[in-house]
Amino acid sequence: MNAIIFSAAWGIVMMFSGVFIKSKQAPVYLAITGILLLFCVNGFELYYGHSFFNINTHDMLRTSSFNLSFLAVVFGCTLIYFLLSGSDIKKVGEHVGEYFALIFFVLCGVALSATFNTLLLLFLGIEIISIPLYILTGSSKLNLKSNEASLKYFLMGAFSTGIMLMGIAFIYGGNTAASFYINNITLGSGPAPVMIIVGMVFLVISLSFKVSAAPFHFWAPDVYDGAPTVFTSFMSTIVKVASFFAFVRLFENAFGNIQNQWQTLIVFIIIATLLFGNITAIFQQSVKRMLAYSSIAQAGFMLFAVFAINDRAREGLILYSAAYSIASIGIFAVLAKMNDYTIEGFNGMAKEHPVLAACCTIFLLSLTGIPLTAGFQSKFFMLMAAVQNGHSFWLVIVAVLFAAISAYYYFRIIQAMYFKDTETPISFNDHISKGFRFMLAVSASLIIILGIFPELLLGWLYH
Amino acid sequence: MGTYITFPELLLWLPLLGGIACFFMKEERSVKAWSLVIALLILAVSVATLFYTDGKYATYNNVNYIWLKYLGNSFYIGLDGASRLLTFLTAIGFPLIFLATYKNKYKNPASFYGLMLLSQAGLMGVFISMDALLFYFFWELALIPVYFLCSSWGGERRIPATFKFFVYTFVGSLLMLVGIIYVYLHTGQRSFEDGTISAHSFALSSFYNASLSAADQNWLFWLFFAAFAVKMPVFPFHTWQPDTYDQAPTSVTMVLSGIMVKMGLFGVIRWLIPILPLATIKFTHIVMILSIAGMIYASFLALVQDNLKKLVAYSSIAHIGLMCAAIFAMNELSVQGVMLQMFNHGINIIGLWIVIDMIEQQTGVKHISKLRGIAIKAPILTIMLVIIALANIALPLTNAFVGEFMMFAGLFAYNTWYAVAAIISIILAAIYTLNMIRKIFYGDTNSLTENMKDISFNQQLVLGLIVVLIFIMGVYPQPVIDLTKSAVTNLLKI
Repeated sequence: MNAIIFSAAWGIVMMFSGVFIKSKQAPVYLAITGILLLFCVNGFELYYGHSFFNINTHDMLRTSSFNLSFLAVVFGCTLIYFLLSGSDIKKVGEHVGEYFALIFFVLCGVALSATFNTLLLLFLGIEIISIPLYILTGSSKLNLKSNEASLKYFLMGAFSTGIMLMGIAFIYGGNTAASFYINNITLGSGPAPVMIIVGMVFLVISLSFKVSAAPFHFWAPDVYDGAPTVFTSFMSTIVKVASFFAFVRLFENAFGNIQNQWQTLIVFIIIATLLFGNITAIFQQSVKRMLAYSSIAQAGFMLFAVFAINDRAREGLILYSAAYSIASIGIFAVLAKMNDYTIEGFNGMAKEHPVLAACCTIFLLSLTGIPLTAGFQSKFFMLMAAVQNGHSFWLVIVAVLFAAISAYYYFRIIQAMYFKDTETPISFNDHISKGFRFMLAVSASLIIILGIFPELLLGWLYH
Repeated sequence: MGTYITFPELLLWLPLLGGIACFFMKEERSVKAWSLVIALLILAVSVATLFYTDGKYATYNNVNYIWLKYLGNSFYIGLDGASRLLTFLTAIGFPLIFLATYKNKYKNPASFYGLMLLSQAGLMGVFISMDALLFYFFWELALIPVYFLCSSWGGERRIPATFKFFVYTFVGSLLMLVGIIYVYLHTGQRSFEDGTISAHSFALSSFYNASLSAADQNWLFWLFFAAFAVKMPVFPFHTWQPDTYDQAPTSVTMVLSGIMVKMGLFGVIRWLIPILPLATIKFTHIVMILSIAGMIYASFLALVQDNLKKLVAYSSIAHIGLMCAAIFAMNELSVQGVMLQMFNHGINIIGLWIVIDMIEQQTGVKHISKLRGIAIKAPILTIMLVIIALANIALPLTNAFVGEFMMFAGLFAYNTWYAVAAIISIILAAIYTLNMIRKIFYGDTNSLTENMKDISFNQQLVLGLIVVLIFIMGVYPQPVIDLTKSAVTNLLKI
């Protein structure tokens, strides 16, 4: 509750900051203050169990340590994102304050879609996440690719929103209780009513679209590639994990009892996602596009949480959100400062910028899932969840084989940085400041710390 | 738990912290001296562990910290017979390697030696972990420094060759991870000292008591075996090995072939057979046939190799194949032989690589056909190499004879035909080894070898030590047998 109200309010503050403050640097500081505040008020609710606001929501919103600790992860990652990429957001265009305002509105949507208890609020949350993103994608106004991406994203997004509404309508119609509450859907014994099944499939389709799971992923590479790199970083990490969280919560609370009826569908989506994401990522020459495809591949792993739905899956999702977001934000932050986005552009980085190279290596190892990094722990928890679930054990073996394939494209960057030389020095569009290097090192050490002590994070769940 | 520091902790933290410290050093001389000192310190600790084997010293040999208690996992490291032997091999191998390559020049030496010590830490961790998740951690971590070492300092085709190696092992270990998770979910509950109770446990002892049906064991066996077979390597998972040995810098090749391949054998002994005994019995024949086919195949390939490094690589595949077959023969003689031979093979092959490295450093080639007459120019080197090579083909009086004799005796007891087939590879080994010696050491010198100098004092010292070890272990192997006896009998009880 705290998070929803504070993020919306701070979004408005940010919006007006543009009117009163002319400096370009001030909104960055204001945004960092805002996200710190958001992290604190959310932490307060997580620790003391009650919100500052006493509003009767008629049980349409539900907070628990699970969704509050997820929000804590989201706000923490956004803080890292602001600290690392704040100066790059400043460079996208004139209206710095408004970009931050849009990001805070997205966070409001994230908070809604993390705590929803009715289908209506799920819809509202997902829409509040999406609409600011359409604008952010097109924020590089004079860039044709950015405009194309924005339009594409908007059309596809609107289409999937339509499907989601249709699904909600079907479920409402098939529900004898005639309510939108997700834990109140009539499933009956034996096969669920046809209306409910149809509605559920529509919801799977639209949510798969939002999390860019195959075969509904085709928008993702173009949009991620076209959007300004700083916003790609935000979209492909924090927003994506938030949609996942909504996906998991919906299926756990609404359809958890008929898991055997939809699991096969999820298995199909997982395999397709892993296959498309990993295989296409191999052939990319641009690091930005490669990361876009790899984010699809990572989505395949996160889908295990939907597939399994048990304690380990919940813990795994929290860990995965943190590990994947921090690592990707780190790499994108470095990428945003570079002029050459090809893999060759990274050649010889270890010699010139050892700190950047070492941090990127840790992020890439984490994305691959090498022990001692948070990425390993998150994959490990996901695999454990899937094995514990007991169905489709072969799926786990397929998934680890794809994880091995992912090593191929992540290691190409490591190879470029460490084992290849370049004649021309790497060109950056910005000064690499000490502060940036320090923050990058902090993020990399966070990855290692979470890799050794994941219970620091999971402890929140059992608080 | 007392406040003192224990042996396994020392074995792990010394190389880890020493390695990290290396990265911050500037001068080549100080880095080399530092890493040698650290390696010798570890050796000293390791020698000490050999004397504190008695049960009353258990608190010195075992450490158990709570790590991920909700999962029932703990940071449990400890020493038993088999791990003492292999940590000792690791501890003795690294100073030998550092000494022998003391004169070699590396670009960026701080990182090189740092990564070397980190790989030592990873290896130590594999041998001392008593917890499945911890074991997996170290299993992967030993690989990462080696990956960077080979890719940065190796030969021309180092990047693809090393990556092939990485992918092979990574796939193998991920499959093992799935296996570990499955076994874990079938273990009993575990309660910690602070009152936390977890539903399952990663402890080695819980893994040994996991309730697994015969059907489960059948496919779990292959998940675990995949990881170990790639590491050893057993035919047909061996194709990464000759390329990697050829392309890696020699000191890393020594680590790989002398110590790292033992990870696979050790894994089978500790993490495969006792956890999945039913499947082991069922699949013994398949594994044996693979191992023995690999032995013969690798020996034939070694016969026609012109590249010295690949020759040694193939001969190593043959030796490891024999050890793998002997483990699965599952009688006291053969398993005891494997324990001995794991140590001996490590020493011998490091010696062989040292000689090859010297030849390559001085002449710049590693092809048998281009080298001749080295004996005239470097007599001491020749004597040393002949002794090591004879040990490699297991002549009596040398260390390998005892081990191989025991393994063959065990194999005969299990199945005569397997033993007979395996012996073919021993005969082939004699042919290619002696052939190699004849070609490169005898005859007249040629333009490449005519300016060769004999070996330096450092190298004499190292090779001399290895030769002494070869004879000591060949004449009096009893200490090693005593050390590992309990481990062997424990294994066979299952």
